[in-house]
Amino acid sequence: MKLTDIAAPDYFHKVVDCQWACPAHTPVPEYIRLIAQGRYGDAYMINWKSNVFPGILGRTCDRPCEPACRRGRVEKDPVAICRLKRVAADYKEDIKERLPKAVEKGKRNGKRIALVGAGPASLTVARDLAPMGYECVVFDGDFRSGGMMRSQIPKFRLPDKVIDEECNYILDLGVEFRGGRPVESLKKLLAEGWDAVFVGSGAPRGRELDIPGRKEAAKNIHIGIDWLSSVSFGHINSIGKRVIVLGGGNTAMDCCRSSRRLGGEDVKVIVRSGFEEMKASPWEKEDAMHEGIPIHNYLVPKEFTHRDGKLTGVTFEKVKAEYDEKGRRKLVNAGEPDQHFECDDVLVAVGQENSFPWIERDIGLEFDQWDMPKVDPKTFVSTNPQVFFGGDAAFGPKNIIWAVAHGHEAAVSIDKYLSGEDMNVRPLPAVEVVSQKMGIHEWSYDNDIANDKRYRVPTRDNVIALKDIRTEVELGYDDKLAFQEAQRCLNCDVQTVFTGQLCIECDACVDICPMDCITFTHNGEEADLRTRLKAPAQNLTQDLYVADNLKTGRVMVKDEDVCLHCGLCAERCPTGAWDMQKYLIEMTQAEQACRSRA
Amino acid sequence: MTYIVKPKFHHPALPKNALGYTHRDYEGSVSTLCAGCGHDSISAAIIEACFELAIEPHRVAKLSGIGCSSKTPTYFLGQSHGFNSVHGRMPSVLTGANLANRDLIYLGVSGDGDSASIGLGQFAHAIRRGVNMVYIVENNGVYGLTKGQFSATADRGSKAKRGAVNNDSSIDLVAMAMQLGATFVARSFSGDKEQLVPIIKAAIEHKGAAFIDVLSPCVAFNNHLGSTKSFDFVRMHNEAVNRLDFITGRTPITVDYEPGTVEIVEQHDGSKIALRKLNAEYNIHDKLAAMSFLLHHAAEGQIVTGLLYVDSDPDDLHAHLATVDAPLNSLGEKELCPGSATLEKFNASLR
Ligand SMILES: Cc1cc2nc3c(=O)[nH]c(=O)nc-3n(C[C@H](O)[C@H](O)[C@H](O)COP(=O)(O)OP(=O)(O)OC[C@H]3O[C@@H](n4cnc5c(N)ncnc54)[C@H](O)[C@@H]3O)c2cc1C
Ligand SMILES: Cc1ncc(C[n+]2csc(CCOP(=O)(O)OP(=O)(O)O)c2C)c(N)n1
Ligand code: SF4
Ligand code: SF4
Ligand code: SF4
Ligand SMILES: [Mg+2]
Repeated sequence: MKLTDIAAPDYFHKVVDCQWACPAHTPVPEYIRLIAQGRYGDAYMINWKSNVFPGILGRTCDRPCEPACRRGRVEKDPVAICRLKRVAADYKEDIKERLPKAVEKGKRNGKRIALVGAGPASLTVARDLAPMGYECVVFDGDFRSGGMMRSQIPKFRLPDKVIDEECNYILDLGVEFRGGRPVESLKKLLAEGWDAVFVGSGAPRGRELDIPGRKEAAKNIHIGIDWLSSVSFGHINSIGKRVIVLGGGNTAMDCCRSSRRLGGEDVKVIVRSGFEEMKASPWEKEDAMHEGIPIHNYLVPKEFTHRDGKLTGVTFEKVKAEYDEKGRRKLVNAGEPDQHFECDDVLVAVGQENSFPWIERDIGLEFDQWDMPKVDPKTFVSTNPQVFFGGDAAFGPKNIIWAVAHGHEAAVSIDKYLSGEDMNVRPLPAVEVVSQKMGIHEWSYDNDIANDKRYRVPTRDNVIALKDIRTEVELGYDDKLAFQEAQRCLNCDVQTVFTGQLCIECDACVDICPMDCITFTHNGEEADLRTRLKAPAQNLTQDLYVADNLKTGRVMVKDEDVCLHCGLCAERCPTGAWDMQKYLIEMTQAEQACRSRA
Repeated sequence: MTYIVKPKFHHPALPKNALGYTHRDYEGSVSTLCAGCGHDSISAAIIEACFELAIEPHRVAKLSGIGCSSKTPTYFLGQSHGFNSVHGRMPSVLTGANLANRDLIYLGVSGDGDSASIGLGQFAHAIRRGVNMVYIVENNGVYGLTKGQFSATADRGSKAKRGAVNNDSSIDLVAMAMQLGATFVARSFSGDKEQLVPIIKAAIEHKGAAFIDVLSPCVAFNNHLGSTKSFDFVRMHNEAVNRLDFITGRTPITVDYEPGTVEIVEQHDGSKIALRKLNAEYNIHDKLAAMSFLLHHAAEGQIVTGLLYVDSDPDDLHAHLATVDAPLNSLGEKELCPGSATLEKFNASLR
């Protein structure tokens, strides 16, 4: 097998599973250590730089980092990375002085950028570009900034004050927000002479459910995302006692939980698929069920029943899952009688779509066969070199952290485009490597491994929580719980770095390693090597670290999979052939420095 | 300067033995020896051997003397019985324990100082009495614990860390063990677990006095140029005569080998050792030839390793003394103290 090039920035980045999995590549273990030290402001700033909305994401992120977390491979649950982010936001000192300053009007670079939509994607682009002197103007049909973070996510999960604070950090950089101003024509906008346009208009249309009775009972059938935004903006504040929510995604979970707070007493979620395959995150399902909302599965809606123009219920066909020889699932009739559920209102949350009625199709901006704009997945430019897309508008509905990640990349592209550089040449991340050795058996990180199980985030009692839709349910960790949870982090960014020339092949590291990660053996093909290690290396997503320069001609093979980063190998090595080195990897964002570095 | 406790987490795919234990279950407390000490590797080899043999930890008694090597029983088999005797006295304590309870597996762990200097007499007598045990000497050529004075196994002409030359002849414990009647004699190297682990397993299965000399570099005091017990020197001068590929219980050996390359050694209890010969002439059943082979190579500065001698039909101290089959602790007061009449009879038989 080829020797490992540990100088390649991706190699050690992949070992930091959480950071690698985070679309914005937030340096997770770095901020978790700061939280453990009580340095909340510093932890917040690390997050703010990477993901722009730490307080919002610390409450709402889809957290792709957590399923990736190494801790989940050595015990049951990953580190509560997301809720620790909230801790940084909740307990930080005033950080305003540490934010970039707005560039005064006269000192700007003269380039003007229009941003359509004030969601996380646009706001990220503006945050990256405004401090560089770009004039950024954000348009939105809504009167307040935040996009769906404001209009869709219910207030009991994300209070307005958190959205205000973090959107304002961006608007205070000299970004102009024009609320209540939907852009009705891209053609016209371009004619206004903007240097670049960023489209962050989201995926604003809720999918319809066209079954018999839809029209007749329309008064009591609501499209989930429209209903949620009306609730958010205070246009709707009640619902019938008996509510059925159709759909199994996160929108459905927000609909049912909101209903419980607006007068819904008998609220149920009914899904086509099986419970396990529902799109909603496991924790969203748990939260809904905790509020007394049952989830019925394998029921396909067939008809809305109604009497005298009033909805009376929904009829469902009972189905079961069948798999064809390719393992594809099909829902087929289960051979049981149809089921009818009575209700007063139905919320339809069966999907979300893009729609660009305001983009003319004759302005050199091509759309594909699904009527989506053709967008380059690396640079986010459309087929019109002046127009960029990001967030849900680019590739369909995802989530906030992806919108942020798109925003950063689009900002780099816009900056390169407006500086006359090739936007396909992307800047490399900044990598910093520092040995953590302080003395014999002493490291500048806490290498002792905590055995604690994941701590639950304290929540408000249902009785109080269900009374008011604006009462936040989660209370967040207090400082003590935050410390204990932070200590569960395995410091995966503190890397084991091996120097073959120093090794005397005494086996001390092999013997001490609690996870049987290290083997000295003769080299071979990777597939063969993986079977010959002290413990089989069955997780193919995790690399083998292979190094040579040993006197016996063997190689050192380390399976990165379940390494605890405990540093015992380095403590036991008599010659310093192992060292624990912190790899801080920061993705390059649009800023002055990235131009020269690329 | 304390080590963190070795984390409890273990690899999710660790194999389990017949008892449902992983090798981690055979560990002891965390070692306090110098980082890189060969002794720690021997501990790891003992752990691996006991794991592979699926030995119930409570069936093992670990006994040792004084020295870094003698400290190691604390670092493996944390659930087994242990006795840390005074310097050089492990063999007599082990002998006594073995006489009292013949049902346990006895693991004597000692150093070259503990066994070849202060305890040489004890070593000799436990071996010649044929105590059923595994006697391991962790041989580094120095008194590690007292900061590196030459021990009695240091080779003549070898150099101490600060340059002093050893002018005394060295004691070869392997040659002595053969001469004294050990029925299983081996030498290995802490840096070669592939060789060492099966040797320890075979020794545990052997029902007689099994002696293993394990070269075990002292990284603090005896791993320099001029030492004949350093990692580099042992690796360069290692003359391995064979490798024990594996040992099995009573199940037949089914692996195919090229003819002539493998010798199956059947032990008295029916367990078998598959021996891959590296030196075609070497015969592990011919004690005289083995001793001459050893001395010959020692004179050339070669270190002969492998299973060096085995008596497939050993007997032990209990057989010599015709003791009862049951361990003494399982006997009642009546059997242990049969009364004055019986004593009278016994005394009369001696007159
Ligand atoms: C019910 C629900 C709950 C969700 N919960 C979560 C969650 O918990 N965590 C998570 O990560 N994600 C969640 N999401 C997804 C998340 O909100 C979106 O993925 C994210 O907000 C997309 O960001 P964006 O910047 O692409 O656009 P959006 O946030 O959708 O913002 C687009 C903005 O553009 C405006 N706009 C559209 N067209 C025009 C136009 N022509 N002119 C001017 N303005 C226009 C819209 O008014 C809107 O304000 C949820 C989504 C829904 C529907
Ligand atoms: C009766 C007695 N004499 C001397 C000592 C001092 N002493 C302690 S350890 C040791 C030598 C140990 O050497 P060895 O058995 O080779 O162990 P190592 O530390 O090298 O593993 C000596 C002489 C002692 N503890 N007790
Ligand atoms: S243990 Fe810590 S550093 Fe490692 S993956 Fe999990 S959160 Fe990231
Ligand atoms: S840091 Fe070293 S000793 Fe600890 S688990 Fe990783 S490889 Fe093993
Ligand atoms: S502990 Fe150090 S010297 Fe010993 S084998 Fe491991 S890396 Fe090599
Ligand atoms: Mg010694």
